[in-house]
Amino acid sequence: MSWMTLSLTLIFVFIPLLLSKTLNLGLERDTIVAALRSTVQLIAVGFVLKFVFDSEHAVFIMLMVLLMIVAAVQNARHKGKAIKGITWKLFVTFVVIEVLTQTVLLGLHIVPATAQYIISLSGMVIGNSMVLAILFINRFTAEVETHRDESELILSLGGTPKQSINRQLMKSIQASMIPTIESQKTIGLVQLPGMMSGQIIAGADPVQAVQFQLLVVFLLLSTAAMTSVLLGFLSYRSLFTERMQLMKIDVE
Amino acid sequence: MNLETSNTSTPSCALVLDCVSYGVNHTDIIKKVSGQFPTGKITALIGPSGAGKTTLLKLCNGLISPIEGEIYIDGKRIEEQSPMSVRRHVGIVLQNSPMVQGTVQDNLALPLQLRGKTLSDEQAIATMDRVGLPSSLLTRDARELSGGQKQKVSIARTLLNQSKILLLDEITASLDPSSRQEIEDLIVKLNETEKITIVWITHNLEQANRIGEYFWVMVDGELREEGNKEDVNASEDEDVKRFVKGVLS
Repeated sequence: MSWMTLSLTLIFVFIPLLLSKTLNLGLERDTIVAALRSTVQLIAVGFVLKFVFDSEHAVFIMLMVLLMIVAAVQNARHKGKAIKGITWKLFVTFVVIEVLTQTVLLGLHIVPATAQYIISLSGMVIGNSMVLAILFINRFTAEVETHRDESELILSLGGTPKQSINRQLMKSIQASMIPTIESQKTIGLVQLPGMMSGQIIAGADPVQAVQFQLLVVFLLLSTAAMTSVLLGFLSYRSLFTERMQLMKIDVE
Repeated sequence: MNLETSNTSTPSCALVLDCVSYGVNHTDIIKKVSGQFPTGKITALIGPSGAGKTTLLKLCNGLISPIEGEIYIDGKRIEEQSPMSVRRHVGIVLQNSPMVQGTVQDNLALPLQLRGKTLSDEQAIATMDRVGLPSSLLTRDARELSGGQKQKVSIARTLLNQSKILLLDEITASLDPSSRQEIEDLIVKLNETEKITIVWITHNLEQANRIGEYFWVMVDGELREEGNKEDVNASEDEDVKRFVKGVLS
């Protein structure tokens, strides 16, 4: 696709602008900012990726992955202000998941150890993990606050912090995993995944595109489970004082 | 109260508070409260709404900690004991008697389950008998019980921890007169036969007079009067006088 052809796709930006203006939705400014930001960010990332792919240097690959993790932490931490130390808990969660998944993928030679594969798959894993983390944090803090009576009852009977919020913890882990599982049930029927469509458009063999997509589907399923469980077990203790008292949580 | 009267040399006091304060977001809820709950007696904790009575019970059970002052349980500072042992020793029954999901037996088994133990059928039946409930209720969904039955299950559940001090937070407030009477009889029986120290928050002055052997009157986060019925009736405090006359509620 040439830059001239790409510029024609701006028609898809003018449509929402026109609708917003006509219906007085007041979204013109946000739409322009979103279009400009995505253009600048993606072009910048394109050049950075080209540099990293060409260099194939391990340090650049690791820096790129680290940048992704830091950006994901930065985005998700605002949702978890109620949890003390949420920044490092998110960082540890994303790093563990990244290391585990890459160990399996590269260790078993499922994908070649090149920047092209490592960075692309890391982006999917960390991005998915970030969304899952936000879903989990929102649900968990809301569940704990809603069922405060039950938790305080268990504490008042001599239960531990873990026992007092175990039900809420499990429910939140389950709830944050459901969207991933459900969307994967309809994959290929209701939606064609972006990565697979991209590969097909770029001229790849559809069967090979499906193989890679399946790899991503299974990878994200595992990421979903690991993110909620890891973050849950790292976080729950922060909701209690040293004297095992449930603190007040400000739910957004 | 000075510390000399609130240390281990006063074994007749199950709970002693020494200059205890508690607050949230710069709002004082409990203000420098000093007083004692005599061992083996029923203390009626009375006072108008918003006096800080429930907060005081939560402080004694260790669900919250004072920002100032000390609480002594059987002469030992609460902070020196593990939160779990404090909560088992000083049981609390809350006003809304929350039930966990499951049957009555599941709810009764909870305190033991939290310690990795199980409740045998015989123990469950004996516990139901202890609080005057038929064993046929053991298999019922706990959330479907009547208010009075829930309160009895709550009391039984707390007693399974072998608590020596029982804190009751307006447990008969929403009950009909006959259920209220049954709970009163049960508490008096537990106090007489098992020598359990009771601290009972009640809004009902008649009830306080019926069951109370010792009294605490709290107003606006402060302990305004402490002693027997005569002490309360002879109080010089204007708010206590108004509360006793039923003008302050």
